[in-house]
Amino acid sequence: MTAAIATSGLVKTFGATRALDGLDLTVNAGEVHGFLGPNGAGKSTTIRILLGILRADAGSVTVLGGDPWADAVALHRRIAYVPGDVELWPNLTGGEAIDLLGSLRGGLNRRRRDELIERFDLDPSKKGRTYSKGNRQKVAIVAALASDAELLLLDEPTAGLDPLMEVVFQEVIREVKAAGRTVLLSSHILAQVEKLADRISIIRQGRIVQSGTLAEMRHLTRTTVEADTATPVTGLDRLPGVHDAEVSGTRVRFAVDGAHLDGAIKHLTAFGIRALTSHPPTLEELMLRHYGDDLAAGNGTAAARR
Amino acid sequence: MTATATPALGRTAGPAAGNALAGTGRLVRFALRRDRVRIPVWLAALTLGSVWPAAAFPELYPTEAARRTAMATMNSPAGLAFTGPQRYLSDYHYGSMVSHQLLGFVVVFVGIMSVLLVTRHTRAEEETGRAELVRAAPVGRHAQLAAALILAVAVNAALAILLALGMGALGLEGTTWQGSLLYGAAHAATGVTFAGVAAVTVQLTAHSRGASGMGFAVVGAAYLVRAAGDSADSALSWASPIGWAQQTFPYLDDRWWPLLLNLAAAAVLAAAGFALSLRRDLGAGLRAARRGRPAASRLLATPLGFALRLHRGMLIGFAVGALLLGASYGPFLGDIEEMFRDIQVLQDALAALGGATVIDSFIAMVTTIFTLVATVHVVITALRPRSEETAGRAEPVLATGLSRTRWLASHLAVALAGGPVMLLLSGLALAATGAPTVAETGLFGKAVAAAAVHIPALWVTAGLAVALVGWLPRATVLAWLFVGYVGVTGYLGMLLRLPSWATALSPFSHVPRLPVEDFTWTPLLALTAIAAALIALGLYGFRRRDLETK
Repeated sequence: MTAAIATSGLVKTFGATRALDGLDLTVNAGEVHGFLGPNGAGKSTTIRILLGILRADAGSVTVLGGDPWADAVALHRRIAYVPGDVELWPNLTGGEAIDLLGSLRGGLNRRRRDELIERFDLDPSKKGRTYSKGNRQKVAIVAALASDAELLLLDEPTAGLDPLMEVVFQEVIREVKAAGRTVLLSSHILAQVEKLADRISIIRQGRIVQSGTLAEMRHLTRTTVEADTATPVTGLDRLPGVHDAEVSGTRVRFAVDGAHLDGAIKHLTAFGIRALTSHPPTLEELMLRHYGDDLAAGNGTAAARR
Repeated sequence: MTATATPALGRTAGPAAGNALAGTGRLVRFALRRDRVRIPVWLAALTLGSVWPAAAFPELYPTEAARRTAMATMNSPAGLAFTGPQRYLSDYHYGSMVSHQLLGFVVVFVGIMSVLLVTRHTRAEEETGRAELVRAAPVGRHAQLAAALILAVAVNAALAILLALGMGALGLEGTTWQGSLLYGAAHAATGVTFAGVAAVTVQLTAHSRGASGMGFAVVGAAYLVRAAGDSADSALSWASPIGWAQQTFPYLDDRWWPLLLNLAAAAVLAAAGFALSLRRDLGAGLRAARRGRPAASRLLATPLGFALRLHRGMLIGFAVGALLLGASYGPFLGDIEEMFRDIQVLQDALAALGGATVIDSFIAMVTTIFTLVATVHVVITALRPRSEETAGRAEPVLATGLSRTRWLASHLAVALAGGPVMLLLSGLALAATGAPTVAETGLFGKAVAAAAVHIPALWVTAGLAVALVGWLPRATVLAWLFVGYVGVTGYLGMLLRLPSWATALSPFSHVPRLPVEDFTWTPLLALTAIAAALIALGLYGFRRRDLETK
């Protein structure tokens, strides 16, 4: 598979702030790539470098085989972008803004534009300043998705959308993916990425701390197990890979590393399992593992309870 | 709708007068904190802008004879239009000269400052959505406007004290401390009136740009009304807040009561502002936004068409203003010819200038004013890309197939063409309204040529603004300092003989002042070359820097 986006050792500083600190990101052509991280981790900075709106201080970056800074204009014809915070021109209507952005990119698919306006339930004849945040977001989404761009850079695109519109958005992204286009989807809405992404990169403090498919990551992380047993469970602490064990009477709850799940369950059976629930780690937990260590010091129980 | 229900709830909730102003004091302190650089800069610039030229008077008019000549020059419709009421001329010592020549001019900038201050802390806050955050705190409905007005009053009061101290310390012959106090107070009272004007304009439109634009238009109209009134020594001067300030005659009669008119007008306007604010929702104008076209026209979808669309309102507004400005001076042309015929000193002075006629020198003089208006338009237009950038609206556009250079150049094209159009419109309006009043033929040619020679200097201004956008985007306010410098040197240059080093940096000082002076190509070509270099520099700089994002 060829890479639609490849960065290596990307560094970007704003004064004393090091927004990107050696970022290595690879997005394969044709995949929906989830780009996860908390606020201020460097997601938007990365996307803006991919667009050539910002220039990296160090490192290399290739987008669709080109240099986003030097070949910005040529690449932009093949890229569609939805910013996280959409600002519209107060005296232009939403429909005008969509057409403007589309035609500046080099034309947009008229039928698809009208269809998307319909599906997103957008009124295109209202002036920019009268739209709510969610509706401004829709304008940018329609403008981006009505194009035939090969690569979609979506920076928290559904912030402000209601749940119904979120469902429409997910449908549309699946269609985009089926058409073989590449999507970089940044978000801190975990469920959304989980549903759409083929692969995920987690960014923290300007670095990618983990990258892979959801399955791969789950393997690396812990499963939470809750059980009700006939007799109180003992000896959990001595088992390898078991964390945060809490035993109260016959109820037990613990987290276990993927590799040691088998051993832990075998241990439980000795105490007579009456009820057992286990759930795989959610992305939230994946992230908490990576951002949780500063939290853990002051707020360890909160992190563990999840 | 909930939006309309909320104020109704507020009203039924009880005695709102106290509550409506809750938090005002805190907001004033907050505004002072935000403007801790801006306000001192304004105060320093205005104080210096008044005291510095005043300090030069003894050198410019060292003898009684020189003052008498100055008085004779001023005693004409044109001279009075540019300065103030004729009464000042009855005893033309340094004190009355300062009041006559500087007060009406500096007060325009005091008005601009006051309008900007009020707009910045009211409508601009609403437009960006910050006002909503503040209003969600226990802050009264009227607190933000009240705080802005208190701030404006405080800043103007500080200006009054600084001017009084400055003039008092200068101790020019003919000045007194009492006169200096009044001189300062006249500036402040007028500033407060224009703060009241802004309290109304910020209610009318949802855009801070529109609100300050309307405020500036009122300041400009006030100046034009007093100019027309003073030139004919008519009661029309009393229709202008600037006229009221000048009717105090500091250092001559020292009468304070006309300032009561300023303060009364300010109080009425402020009350109107508060009342109007109750008739609208937060963030909205008085008129509900209309619907527009659901799809873009073919023109809008091109970079230049897009730029034109964004500048459309300003282009129309300035074009109307430029026409009115030109038309307001034209009707004087006939009177001027008449008046000046009898003034021998002036005839001699004009003869020394190579036989120019009074009309010619008047055309050259008013063209300088027209140029200033065009310069303001050029800077507003050329800096628009920067405000698009900081508002976060440039980013999605530059993420399309539109290159940075083309985007910036589209706005620049509007600036390069728009400024000259404004200038020529003023010139044409001057000629059209002046032609019936004078015998002279060829007025159109003269007025248009006088305007046209300034075009390369306008281009330099545009180039400077674009160079700032490209290289020093955070310092684009320097372009406005440049406008201030061009304005002060251009305007004062007509009244005083400024040393050439003081004006050399203004591109307009190198333009041949047609029709008084002869046409020469050299400075125009040099200015065009400088403009081209600045533009190339700006476009290059913008291509290589980071875009500022939200």
